[in-house]
Formats: sequence, structure tokens, C-alpha cells
Amino acid sequence: MRRFLVIAFAAAFAAALGSAMLELAPSPLDLRIPVAAHLAQSGVSHPVTAVLLNYRGYDTLLEIAVLLLALLGILAVVGKDNPSPPRPAHPVLQTLARLATPSIIVMAVYLLWAGAFRPGGAFQAGALLAAAAVLLHLVGLLPAWSMPRLRLRLGFVIGFVVFLMVSTALLGQGALLKYPAETAGMLILLIESALTLSLALILAGLFLLLSRDQGGA
Amino acid sequence: MSFAFDLLLALALLWSGWRTLTTPRLDQAIVLFIAFGLLMALGWARLSAPDIGLAEAAIGAGLTGALLLDAYGALRQRTEQP
Amino acid sequence: MTGGLLFALTGAALFALGVAGVLLIAHLLRRILAFNLMGSGAFLVLVGLAQRNDVPDPVPQAMVLTGIVVAVAATALALALTRKLHGLTGQIALPEDADD
Repeated sequence: MRRFLVIAFAAAFAAALGSAMLELAPSPLDLRIPVAAHLAQSGVSHPVTAVLLNYRGYDTLLEIAVLLLALLGILAVVGKDNPSPPRPAHPVLQTLARLATPSIIVMAVYLLWAGAFRPGGAFQAGALLAAAAVLLHLVGLLPAWSMPRLRLRLGFVIGFVVFLMVSTALLGQGALLKYPAETAGMLILLIESALTLSLALILAGLFLLLSRDQGGA
Repeated sequence: MSFAFDLLLALALLWSGWRTLTTPRLDQAIVLFIAFGLLMALGWARLSAPDIGLAEAAIGAGLTGALLLDAYGALRQRTEQP
Repeated sequence: MTGGLLFALTGAALFALGVAGVLLIAHLLRRILAFNLMGSGAFLVLVGLAQRNDVPDPVPQAMVLTGIVVAVAATALALALTRKLHGLTGQIALPEDADD
């Protein structure tokens, strides 16, 4: 009975939402026009990066804060026991992972740099670097992380801290995260580099902190 | 022609999403979810959003899939040898 | 019908599928899968609906990019809690409420 009710409710909801979409009038507010109009002052020429780090920079600032909170939650939940030593994988897999890692790093740096003028940016670069760490862990070359020490903790927070410092230093401009047009490109690159490092460490940490308690409770 | 591809992709998304929730075996469900993530990345490319496509392929399919498979392995290992 | 609208409709269906899954499935790992389907559906609606005339719009695209990263963090936290629950009680499902 409950099953039937839930499915009927979900189907009715999808139908109502879908028919509303089909009826929807064109939006009176087109955000593409202001985005394109201010692109020259934003410091980057790729509109998505301009929205992420300039127009709606506070979204990204709060996002990295949310990621830090999730990491803190995981640190609180997983125990303090020492990680079990990684199980070494087949030598061919290890060699392939060793060969792949440098090209992944080059790719990540390229994506970070390309974000200013074409698809790419801090998120994708950070995710790639995290994927490299996961790959190395899965073939047994990188041990799982236990309670992080000072250097790793600094790495986790550097993206948030740099972003926060830049936004505080620019409060004199009259609005939060309003960059002066002439230095905007440099500031965005600085923030993005710190964000890439933090994102890579946090995303890798989500995996490497969780995967260590394989056996016991 | 391109609309036919979009339609096919939308149906594949719905089907893989449905199978993710209804497959009896959990490991197959997780692999289907990874396939769903890759199809999503393709959908983002069709929506001319390559930024999201890159992130979805790396994070949505890759990292989430690895996290889920790792959790599945840990839970199964603990259930088998308490 | 444009491609953007088609993907928005797909997103609405995926969201409903995810809602039904979250409500009906007791197994927590599967519930996390359903939760991720809900998220993907919402992202598709957000971008697809804004691009229903098939012109790319960078604002929802940037918001969804943020959303994907937050979704993986939420998934990881949920998995950590699930693993802890399993370690403490041996269960992979939440206890049912008495009045359910």
C-alpha cells in the first residue's frame, strides 16, 4: 500500500513538473547578456569561470567551506586506529599507475591554466589530481591516511584561507569579492591554484580516510 | 538527427537510473550507477556544458563510483568475517 | 521540443525516480544511490530548463559545477556514517519507527 502510494505520488509529481516545464513562458531575465557584457572586466574570457570565481564567487567560497565541513565530519566519524598496510597489486598495474600519474598531473595543470579561456578550471583539475591519488592507493603505492598531521591540514584549508584572505583584502572595494578589473585575472589564478590544491587533497582525503578501516569496527 | 540522439540518450539515462535502483545485486547496481554517471557526462556535452561534463566524468562517475565500491567491499568483508 | 527541454523533462523523471527510491528502499547504500539520482535530476532540470532555447547559459552551468562537488562530499559523508552504523550495529538499514 505504502509502496503504491509513493510510486503514484512520484509519478504525479514528475507529470506535474513536466507539464509545467512545457507550459513555461520564456524568462524575462536573460543572464547571458550581463555575463557577456562584463566579461572583459572579469579577468577571464571563459564565461563559466567568470561566473564561478567572479560574479558568483561567494558560491565557490561557501562550496569549499562545505567540503571542509564534510571532511571534518568524516574525520570525526572514522576512528583513530592506524591504517592497515596497502595490499600491493599486480606489478603490471603498479607500473601502469606509475606511468599514468605524471601525465595526470600535467593534464591537471593544463586544465587549471585553460580554465581562464576555455572549459576547465580548479574543480576539474582538483578532481583529476584526486583521481591520481585514488589510483595510486588502489594499486598499493599510496597508503591510506590516518589522522592528518599539520602539513596535510594546511593543505586542506589553504584554498579556503586564500579565498577568504583575498575577499577580506578586497572589502575596501565596497562589495564582497569585487576584484579591481586590472588585477582580476591574477587574483583569480591565485585563488584557483590554491583551490585546486585544496580540492585535490580534500577529494582524495574523502577516499583515503574512508578506505582505511577495511576490517574492524 | 541530433534530436534522435538526445532522445536515445535521455532514454538510456532513465533506463540506467531505473536499473540502478531495481537491480537485485548491489555490486551491479553500483556499476550501473557509474555507467549512469558517464551517460550524464555525455548529456552535459550535448547540453554544450563541457565544464560540467569534465567534472561529472571525473567526480560523478569516477570518484563517487570508487567511494561506493570501496564501501561495498568493506561492508561485505565485515559481513563475511565478523 | 528542443534538446534542453528534453533533458529537463528527463531530469524531472530522474528526480521523481530518486524520491521514490529514497522513500521506499531501506538498504542505506542503495538509498545513497537514489539520493545521487535525485541530485542528477535536479542538475539536469537546472541547466536544461535554462537552455530550453538551446543557447548555452553559463550561470546555471557554474551553479551545477558547484553542486556536483558538494554532492560528492555529501555522498562521502553519508558513506562514512553508513560504515560507522554497520560497524557498530551490523545493520545496513536504519531502524524502523514504531508508528510506521
